[in-house]
Amino acid sequence: MTTLPFIGSILAPQRTAARAQKILLYSSALLLCIGVAIWLVTAFIKNPTLFLTSTVVGLQNGALYALVALGYTLVYGIIELINFAHGDLFMLGTLFAAFITTSVFGVLSNGASVAGWFIFAVSLVACVAFCGSINVAIEFVAYRRLRRAPKLAPLITAVGMSFILLFIGLTWNGSQPLANWKSVLPQGAMFLGGVRIEYKAFFVIGITGPLLLLMTWIVTKTRTGKAMRAVAQDQDAARLMGVNVNRIISFTFALGGGLAGAAGLLYEQVIGTTVYNLGFQLGLIAFTAAVLGGIGSLTGAVLGGVLIGLIKALNEGVGLGQNWGETVVFTILILVMVFRPTGLLGSSLGEKV
Amino acid sequence: MAADLATVTPPVRPERRLRIRPGMGWPLGLLVAAVVYFIYAYLDRYFRGSIPSGLHNFGTDWLPIIKINEALVYVLAALGLNVVVGYAGLLDLGFVAFWAIGGYTAGWLMTDKISGLNFHFLTAKFTDDHKIVGIHISWWIVLIAAALVCALAGVLIGAPTLRLRSDYLALVTLGFGEIIPEAFYNGDNIAGHNLTNGTQGMQPLDYVRFFTFDKTGKLVWGDLDAFADISRFFIFCGLTALVIFASLRLRDGKLGRAWLAIREDELAASSMGVPLMRTKLSAYGIGAVAGGIAGAAFAVHVDAVLPDRFRFDISITLLAMVVLGGMGNVWGVTIGALVLAWTNSTALPNIQSSLDESGSANGVGIGLAVLGVLVLAAGIAWFVSARKGLIFIYLGVMIATIGILLRIKGPGLSFQFFVFGCVLLLMMLFRREGLIPEARTRLVLREPGRTEAEALGADMEAEAPELEALSDPIVHAAGTTPTGPTDRTTL
Repeated sequence: MTTLPFIGSILAPQRTAARAQKILLYSSALLLCIGVAIWLVTAFIKNPTLFLTSTVVGLQNGALYALVALGYTLVYGIIELINFAHGDLFMLGTLFAAFITTSVFGVLSNGASVAGWFIFAVSLVACVAFCGSINVAIEFVAYRRLRRAPKLAPLITAVGMSFILLFIGLTWNGSQPLANWKSVLPQGAMFLGGVRIEYKAFFVIGITGPLLLLMTWIVTKTRTGKAMRAVAQDQDAARLMGVNVNRIISFTFALGGGLAGAAGLLYEQVIGTTVYNLGFQLGLIAFTAAVLGGIGSLTGAVLGGVLIGLIKALNEGVGLGQNWGETVVFTILILVMVFRPTGLLGSSLGEKV
Repeated sequence: MAADLATVTPPVRPERRLRIRPGMGWPLGLLVAAVVYFIYAYLDRYFRGSIPSGLHNFGTDWLPIIKINEALVYVLAALGLNVVVGYAGLLDLGFVAFWAIGGYTAGWLMTDKISGLNFHFLTAKFTDDHKIVGIHISWWIVLIAAALVCALAGVLIGAPTLRLRSDYLALVTLGFGEIIPEAFYNGDNIAGHNLTNGTQGMQPLDYVRFFTFDKTGKLVWGDLDAFADISRFFIFCGLTALVIFASLRLRDGKLGRAWLAIREDELAASSMGVPLMRTKLSAYGIGAVAGGIAGAAFAVHVDAVLPDRFRFDISITLLAMVVLGGMGNVWGVTIGALVLAWTNSTALPNIQSSLDESGSANGVGIGLAVLGVLVLAAGIAWFVSARKGLIFIYLGVMIATIGILLRIKGPGLSFQFFVFGCVLLLMMLFRREGLIPEARTRLVLREPGRTEAEALGADMEAEAPELEALSDPIVHAAGTTPTGPTDRTTL
């Protein structure tokens, strides 16, 4: 614009208006952040035990959200599709985990044992394989033929697919939440200066951390990961370079589905209850996490997941309460969209012309 | 499209006795259907003897007037969503927010909720269960108020978010569709104030004043009580006609053409001088107006405003109506909304209960499973031999699934989610333009992506009958369905 001064002069009033708008945006964002910080500090001073307990719960849930959010971010990164069915895939993962631990292995009481660890490991592999293959099948049946279609078409297809998965969950489990599944994880909690920390929380973070590292290693270090990044940048160029685009996209869906399966098992073991429409809620939260961190960025999805988990737990513990849970999450989503559409860690996402 | 064609003189065809001007088929057909149903409902209510008992039973089971009224409310909302999704191409997954806002506006202005104020205006006479306190305003004015409030809400929601990419926008609207009902749900304690009565909602509403029928079926001017379904049917039909007319006129005007331009290519449209933000915002606001009217109409239809009626399902149902009927085509959306609402509220429960009563769920299940397998086999054979007929494979699997589950689980299982999901999936995979498409939408949605077009190269130079049909409206108006090599892009 600087090279064309006459256009610059025509646009000058608009530019100052845009600058004023920008200043307004940033100052309101700053005010918002300061307000949230003050609220957090007062909540901490008022009741530090409750605050820290909520924080631990938030970290534990945040790890689960991060696992689901990675599935969104991987798929969005490679074919620019908001995979609405992903949350429901996670729900199927929880149902499958319950099926395999109670019906196949017959876990009928709580408590950790050597057999319990073995059962957990086998269930983890089974859940990852189950959800991964379902996700690949969904891609093959529904999304593959719409890769060249206008964006609205795959998005609506994903909504339809989510309904079909919802139906599968409803048929499998009935409309009532099925509670009281027994866990093979260590029970009980430790107290650290009055702050209650469940052993499960360590466990969730202990499983999630290595999985995320594995994911980062696959995407950044392996040959397949390189191909994934190439396909994400330009499918046609990648094809010309000899990348099998269909297989790479299927592999991405398998990775995302596998993470949803792992999250499903952890959720079933830690929370112990699930219902057929769980996926919709949790999927939206996870997607919000992915967007908050910057969609397409793996680290961003993890950061966003943990942040959303913390915010949700703090809101329930010391904030507005559970009734307003969704409002808080979606308000964050909308604020992020307005102030920083690329998310916290995302790079600029210019609309491809 | 339809109104464009109305100005074209149709070719002279003396062999047809009844000649309908092109573009007038849908309005006349719907008008006739509404009049016939109105006469049936009137005779059935007040002159039962004149209706054969078979027809009466059929009507009570399959076309109850309460469900028809509800379907009309869905039509109103779907037409509003059509402005946003079909005309302007902005995906809105939270349209239920406007429905809720319209409903609560009616609740505040027509019940005893706001008991501190005592304000009456042109309202109906009060019976025992209607308290005198609170704001009571005639429903006809509330209708306008709800529309204005929703338009304002649409602009407020749209203003900060409409500059987002299309799929982000879908998510933000979804967020608003969750926040607003939750706010109403928890609204009984906002900083200690009770604004919405929470889960109890607000009821009863004031009666609407309009022409109605007394006990002998005589036309009188009076209050529409709980039994005045026929009058409400008349009012809802009138509102639907108004919204359809407004949609059609808007579409042909300057604003409508700007919407279509944005839908088809945002960049090109803005280069041609279409103000993006203002045009998108107006689509949002005008769509919200219809949503608000639907909300106020729904409130008097159920005589209550309850927060648990505003769920995400309704947003998706409305979207499915728009997609099924044909995005952007008002008649398609109307038919799609009527059919889906009726299927949802009447047909599926009826089929289920008749399966329950007759105990034939097993037999029907086996029959459907066999039919599904046959369709699947035919589809596979066709696909292997000619690379065609993929839709039959999908259909076969779906029918067989329903059949097998009916056999195993019995008729207690609700197939609503499955049917909805399959409708969305099949429509997007095989008929993206909807059942009653608009020629223009078909062209856009079937347009191959850029790289594919480049890959096809010289093929793209081939004849395009659809384009010819567009430039030669007489052929199109005479009912020639354009078919052609565009099928290539679907397989």
